[in-house]
Amino acid sequence: MVTTKKMPMPPAPAPATPPEAEAKAVETIFDCRDVSVSYGDKLAIRDVGLSFGRNEITALIGPSGCGKSTFIRCLNRMNDLIPGARVSGTVEYHGLDLYRADVDPVQLRKRIGMVFQKPNPFPKSIFDNIAFGPRVAGMDGDIEEIVESALRRAALWDEVKDRMKTNAFGMSGGQQQRLCIARALATRPDVLLMDEPCSALDPISTARIEDLMAELKQEYSIIIVTHNMQQAARVSDKTAFFSVELDAADGHRIGHVVEYDDTQKIFSNPGDERTEAYVTGKFG
Amino acid sequence: MVRGALFAAALLSVLTTAAIVLSLLRETISFFGDVPVGDYLLGTKWTPLFSGDQQSFGVVPLVTGTLYLSAIGLLIAVPLGLLCAVYLSEYARPRVRRAIKPVLEVLAGVPTIVFGFFALTFFTPVVLRDFLGISVNQFNALSAGTILGLLVLPTIASVAEDAMSAVPASLREGAFGLGASKLQVTLRVVFPAALSGIVAALILGASRAIGETVIILIAGGQTANLGIDPTQSYQSMAAFIAATSRGDIPTGSIEYETIFVVGFTLFVITLTLNAASIRLVRRFRQVYE
Amino acid sequence: MTGAQIARSALAQRTVLPRASGAGRLWDLLFRIAMYGAIGIGMLALGTLLFDVARDGLPKLSWSFITSFPSRIRPEAAGIESALVGTILLMAITAVIVVPLGVTTALYLEEYADRTKWWNRLVEVNIQNLAAVPSVVYGILGLAFIVRGPLGLGNVLLAGGITLALLVLPVVIIVAREAIRAVPPSIREGSLALGATQWQTIWKQVLPGSLAGIVTGIILALSRAIGETAPLLVIGAAASPRFNPDGLFSDFSALPIQIFVWTQDPNREFVSLAAAAILVLMVVLLLMNSVAIWLRNRYEQKW
Repeated sequence: MVTTKKMPMPPAPAPATPPEAEAKAVETIFDCRDVSVSYGDKLAIRDVGLSFGRNEITALIGPSGCGKSTFIRCLNRMNDLIPGARVSGTVEYHGLDLYRADVDPVQLRKRIGMVFQKPNPFPKSIFDNIAFGPRVAGMDGDIEEIVESALRRAALWDEVKDRMKTNAFGMSGGQQQRLCIARALATRPDVLLMDEPCSALDPISTARIEDLMAELKQEYSIIIVTHNMQQAARVSDKTAFFSVELDAADGHRIGHVVEYDDTQKIFSNPGDERTEAYVTGKFG
Repeated sequence: MVRGALFAAALLSVLTTAAIVLSLLRETISFFGDVPVGDYLLGTKWTPLFSGDQQSFGVVPLVTGTLYLSAIGLLIAVPLGLLCAVYLSEYARPRVRRAIKPVLEVLAGVPTIVFGFFALTFFTPVVLRDFLGISVNQFNALSAGTILGLLVLPTIASVAEDAMSAVPASLREGAFGLGASKLQVTLRVVFPAALSGIVAALILGASRAIGETVIILIAGGQTANLGIDPTQSYQSMAAFIAATSRGDIPTGSIEYETIFVVGFTLFVITLTLNAASIRLVRRFRQVYE
Repeated sequence: MTGAQIARSALAQRTVLPRASGAGRLWDLLFRIAMYGAIGIGMLALGTLLFDVARDGLPKLSWSFITSFPSRIRPEAAGIESALVGTILLMAITAVIVVPLGVTTALYLEEYADRTKWWNRLVEVNIQNLAAVPSVVYGILGLAFIVRGPLGLGNVLLAGGITLALLVLPVVIIVAREAIRAVPPSIREGSLALGATQWQTIWKQVLPGSLAGIVTGIILALSRAIGETAPLLVIGAAASPRFNPDGLFSDFSALPIQIFVWTQDPNREFVSLAAAAILVLMVVLLLMNSVAIWLRNRYEQKW
C-alpha cells in the first residue's frame, strides 16, 4: 500500500484525534486476511480474516484449543519463537505486511505489547521490571519518568511507589498482572494484546483489570483472548467467535473464525447458529 | 529399631569427617610443636625435604602455586564453560543439544590421570613447544594450568547449563514480548535469574581445580615456586602431598608431618570455599513461583 | 487517510523495519562467534586427546598386554595384568562397603530423619562437605587411619578399598537420596493407608521404585572411584608389581597407578604402554557407564 523506503520524515505521532472527526469510520490498525498457522505439518488455524480498529477492544472467544492464542501470537510474531511454526496469509499493521522479509520482529514487539495468561514478572525489582522494555529498546528520556508514567497508566503507581526497589515477587497475583500490563505499556506501544489475562486471577483482581482496560481503551487498541464470555460481553466493542473443526485425515483440531461482529450483536442476536449455541451455553 | 540401625549408618558419615579432621589435626599440632605457626604461614621458602639449614617450612609458595595454577585453569574454563552453557541452554537446536550434552558428560568422566598424560606427553612437547614455539620447561605452569582448565570446563558448563535451563520459559516469553533480542533476553533475563546456579558452578569448578593432584604432579613439576612465570614448574599443595607420601617417610618424622599440615591447609581452604558457595547460592537464589 | 493516520502509519513502518545501523547485530554476531568457538575448542580438545592416546596406545594393545605383568626394564614384555586385577578387586571391595552403607544412610535421611533435629541437619551438612573434599585428603585419611595408625593394615588391598569407599560414599548417598526422593509421596501414603508399616512401605514400594536410580548412581560412583589416582598414591599402592594381589592383605596396584608410573618413564616405549593402559581403563569406564545408562533407560520409573 504505502511505499516504505523513501518516506519523508514525519512528525512525532499525533495524539488521538477526537472521535467525532471520523464519526463511524474507525481507523484500521490490523488487517488480517487468510491467516493460517501450522506447527510442523499439523494445521492449527485456517483462513482467519479479521481486522481490528483503533481504540477498540476486540474479544476473541471460543472453546479451548480453537487457536485463539495461536492467532493472537501472529500479530506480534511471537510464533516465530516456536520451531516448526509456519504462518501464511497476510497480517497488516498500519498497512505494513508484518511478515515481509525486511521486518524485524524484535523492533515490532516494542510497538505491540503483550500480556500473558499467567503473570510473568522478572525476578527483579518492580522498577527494573518496568524499565526493562525501555532499556533494551534504548529509549530516550528519563527512565524514572517513563517508569512512573507506565505505572500510573496501569493504575498501579499509588500502590507501589514506596517500594519500587522491592522484588516483584512480593506482589499478589493481581498486582503482578497489572505490573505486567504496566511493563508492556512502558515501551509506548499502540496496541495491547492480552492472552486470557485474568484466567489465573481472583474475581476482584479481574474486575480491577477490566476497569483498567476501559481506561486504556482511550489511548490503546486492545485485543483480548478470553474464556470468560461474560467478560467479553462486559468489556469489548467487537467480538470474534472461534470454533474447532476436526481434521479429515487424523482428527486433530483446527481452529477457524465463525463470526465476527459488534459485541452487542454476537451476544443478543448472533448470525450463526454455532455462535448462538456457544454464547447461550449449549456447549463449550 | 530399624530407625536406630539406619541412624547408625548415617553416623558413619559424621565419623568420617571426624576421622579426617582428627587425622589431620593430630599431626598438624605435632608439627607446630617444632615449627612456629608464623614461619609456616608466612615463610616463602618451602624445602621440607632438604636437610640441615636448607630445610625450610614456609608454605606460601605452595599456596600461591596452587592458586596460580587454578587461576590459569579458571581463566580458560570459566569463559569457555559459560559460553558452552549459554549455547546449549539458549541457542542450540534440540538435536544439536542432544548430541553435544553427552560429549560434555564423557569429558567430565575422563579420569584425571588421562589429562595428566595428555599434558605431559602431548600438550607440552607438541602444542606448546612445536606448534606455538614457546620455550617451556618440561614441567610448566602453562601446560598444567591449561589442562586443569580442560578438566574443570565440563563441570562448569554442565552445572551452569542446568541452572539456565531451569529458568522458566514464561520469563523468556515475557522478555521477547517486550521487544528484546535473543542476546538481550539471554544476558539480561536468563543469566541473572540463573545466577545462583552459575555461581555454584564457578565455585565447584574452583574447588575441583584447587584440589586436583595428578595433573599438576605429572605436568607441573616438583618445585615449590613463588613466581608467576608460566614457563616454569610449580607445585601445588595436593601435588606435594602425593609426591611426598610416595617416598619412604618414617611415621612421626617432621617430613611425615608436613603431609598432614599441608593437607589440613588444603582441607580448610576447600571447606571455606564450600561454605562460601552455600552462602552465595542462598543469597542469589531467585524464586520464580 | 487523515494526517494523523499517515503519521501513525509512518511511525509504525519506521520502527518496525530494521534500522540501518546494526550495533545490536554486531554484538549478536560476536557473541555467536564466541559461543561456537567455545564449543569448537571443547570438541577439539577432546578429539585431540582421544586421538593422541589412541595413536600411541592402539599399536600396543594385545592379549599378551593384558595378561602380562609389568616390567621395569623390558617394555616389550610388560603388561597390565596386575593393575587390571587390582582395579577390579578394588571396585568389588568398594562396592561391598559402599552399597549397604550408602543406601541405608540415604534411606534414613529421606524416610526417617526428622529434619528439625540438629543432629540430622549435622549429618546432612556433613555429607555435603565431604563431597567437596579433594580426593588427596581422603588419601591422607587412609594413610593415617587405615594404613598406619589405629587400623594399621599396611598399604594393602583392603586399605585401598576402604579408602576409595569413603571417598565415594558421599556421592552414593546424594544420588541414592535423589532416587528415593523421586518416589512421589502418594505412593507412600497409599501403602500406609493400607496398613503397612513404614519399613514395609520402604522395602516393598520405595526401594523397588528407586532401585534403578540407586543402581545407576552406584555404578557411576564406582566408575569415579576406579579412575582415582591421588588417594592410591598417598596410601602407597605398589608400582609395577609382578604379581596379582593374593588376598585382602596383599600389596596391590591399579590401572591409574600403572599409567602414572609409565607416563613418567624416560623410555618412550613405556609412555606408549601408558597410552595403551589408558585405553583399557577408558574401555572399562565406558562399559560401566553404558551399563548404567542402559539400566536407567530400561528400568527408570517415570512417575
